[in-house]
Amino acid sequence: MERLEIHDLSALFSVLKQDGYQIIGPTVRESAIVCERIQSVDELPAGVTDIQRPASYRLAERHDNALFGHRLGPQSWKRYLYPPRLQLFQAARTEKGITISPPTNGGAGDLPKYAFVGVRPCELSAIGIQDMVFARGTYVDPHYSAVRARIIVIAVNCTDPGETCFCASMKTGPQTESGYDLALTEVISAGSHLFVAQSGSDVGKELLARLKAAPASAEEIQRAEDLLDRASEKMGRSVDTYRLPELLHANIDHPQWDELDERCLSCGNCTQVCPTCFCSTVEDVTNLDGTEAGRWRKWDSCFTLEFSYIHGGCVRATTKSRYRQWMTHKLASWVDQFGTFGCVGCGRCITWCPVGIDITEEARAIRAQSTLLSTSSKGEM
Amino acid sequence: MHVSITSQTMLPHQYRVQRVRQETPDTFTLELHPMSEASAIRFVPGQFNMLYLFGVGEIPISISGDPRKSPTLVHTTRAVGTVTKAMRGLRKGDILGVRGPYGSHWPIASGVGRDIVIIAGGIGLAPLRPTLYSIVADRDKYGRVILLYGSRTPIDILYRRELESWRSRFDLEIYVTVDRALKSWRGDVGVVTHLISKAPFDKQNCLAMICGPEVMMRFAVMELLKRGVPDDRIYISMERNMKCAIGLCGHCQFGSLFVCKDGPVFPYPGVKDLLSKWEI
Ligand SMILES: Cc1cc2nc3c(=O)[nH]c(=O)nc-3n(C[C@H](O)[C@H](O)[C@H](O)COP(=O)(O)OP(=O)(O)OC[C@H]3O[C@@H](n4cnc5c(N)ncnc54)[C@H](O)[C@@H]3O)c2cc1C
Ligand code: SF4
Ligand code: SF4
Ligand code: FES
Repeated sequence: MERLEIHDLSALFSVLKQDGYQIIGPTVRESAIVCERIQSVDELPAGVTDIQRPASYRLAERHDNALFGHRLGPQSWKRYLYPPRLQLFQAARTEKGITISPPTNGGAGDLPKYAFVGVRPCELSAIGIQDMVFARGTYVDPHYSAVRARIIVIAVNCTDPGETCFCASMKTGPQTESGYDLALTEVISAGSHLFVAQSGSDVGKELLARLKAAPASAEEIQRAEDLLDRASEKMGRSVDTYRLPELLHANIDHPQWDELDERCLSCGNCTQVCPTCFCSTVEDVTNLDGTEAGRWRKWDSCFTLEFSYIHGGCVRATTKSRYRQWMTHKLASWVDQFGTFGCVGCGRCITWCPVGIDITEEARAIRAQSTLLSTSSKGEM
Repeated sequence: MHVSITSQTMLPHQYRVQRVRQETPDTFTLELHPMSEASAIRFVPGQFNMLYLFGVGEIPISISGDPRKSPTLVHTTRAVGTVTKAMRGLRKGDILGVRGPYGSHWPIASGVGRDIVIIAGGIGLAPLRPTLYSIVADRDKYGRVILLYGSRTPIDILYRRELESWRSRFDLEIYVTVDRALKSWRGDVGVVTHLISKAPFDKQNCLAMICGPEVMMRFAVMELLKRGVPDDRIYISMERNMKCAIGLCGHCQFGSLFVCKDGPVFPYPGVKDLLSKWEI
């Protein structure tokens, strides 16, 4: 493992830019931390943290100058790999008939090279989950796969998880295990501010070599490990995953869904902030004289009425059926479909739900009032 | 450094309308031909295509023609909403976008040596017609072949001339019923599921394939089970909202299943539990 100081991080930014990467990283915009294109280390949210609770998010000052002492903001990296709006094709009507062709601009035409800086372990798991959806099935999303293949991931482990985090119970954090080029752990103590760096790929190794990074001392490594050991304890929430898919599949008629019918507004915020939600719809646009048409893909939400519409009515007409669809998908059917949970425990859906519905509480309530599997036996899955 | 890629998987091929036939007041059949040989589609009965109408939208429609007549594609559509109503305006020579074929198919091979029971309601006959073409072409391989078809009224009966000619054969049994009719109708009146108890087939050794409205399919399955047909001899074709047909948009989910890629044709035991629940 190597050690990087702040000036090494600046050098890393330069190297990435030299190599043609757009750096996307956390930065403060309008009272929230967002993942945006940044140019320098100065734009990272130094000394900023956030206080997150159900239906509440606010920034606060830290007592130190940590660059990654914050948690997740409302946006995930998803928007870069799976853009909210993407053109699928364009069509034109001529005297001879109709032509249909791939998009030339504003769509999948020009592919960026992204360096994601500050990817949290749960977020990296979310990317892994979307890989299963978009890049590993019978059909692949060519745009996703192409952009994905070109990214560099600089992960940052979580030493200070928040109130709405529950990655430890979903086994996606607070320390990242794979999928990164470099993984950093920020270590701050009196008079020193450094990052213990671990490479996870040849690209990462080469980056460290180009930065001429010095090896981290045994003591520095130990300090990083201690911080990560303690991180799980700071996590505000947890989900008991013991036979969870089975539990939810068996509780399609649970009274808790009726209770949710009263509270959930069906606004879809949870699906918009979730780093794994992948549903999309399509939109057809035409120019005024009807000679050109385009077809676009847009993020969608299973909370809308139209989502399940078929001639004659909506399959999921009630709010409870839609909340049930969403939560059962995340924590049960996803496992059948893709072999992993569709939830990484990032907690965004809890923070950004306007009425503070908490997926961990709902899972707990269903388990508590279920005749099946009401108690968890530890150590089994 | 700029690499150009396309979302090829969602890019339709151009097909030309060769023929339009009005089947009933609200249902029409399009015969389509690929504009380039490379985009010819080979399909198996039960599969569907996504049909794109310029600037209007794209919808899933089953392939209702004869699989041996590829590359000609036949689609029978009921005009119910924006895209289907606009499609009704297509004329010979017009161009349509087509991508496919998608989805699972009817397990016709597993019906060899057995009685075949086809149960269709309304437009549900369209995805089942290719199975009849395949079976008729290989008639000796099967036992009795029975079609039970229910339609709203006599004028809504699909493929009428074809049904009449099939009915005149000695080796096909075609039963048609309507929900309501004027006195001039001499056939059965009542729901299609009522025909199941009367139809002569070997309940232990048959293959039942059902397509129609979801309630109709539920009742049809119940009747078949009541007669003693083993549940794994029953197949149904499901319908859900579909935007991509390739397992990426999430719209067609039915429990853990994606109707577009795991279905639309499912063996009944695979969907039994889901069918009994509300708003899945
Ligand atoms: C696998 C499959 C095979 C089908 N085969 C046939 C067929 O052979 N013949 C036929 O007439 N119809 C078939 N349908 C139904 C057909 O797709 C719908 O009638 C059609 O999508 C309605 O579109 P619209 O724009 O005219 O209706 P609108 O009501 O204006 O549609 C609004 C939106 O809802 C969607 N939608 C509406 N109804 C349905 C529906 N029933 N199924 C899926 N999405 C729907 C549309 O795609 C559109 O996005 C099939 C559906 C599926 C899923
Ligand atoms: S379901 Fe909620 S906690 Fe889980 S990954 Fe999505 S937003 Fe995060
Ligand atoms: S759970 Fe909350 S965020 Fe999600 S749809 Fe319901 S009210 Fe909106
Ligand atoms: S239609 Fe898009 S996932 Fe099935």
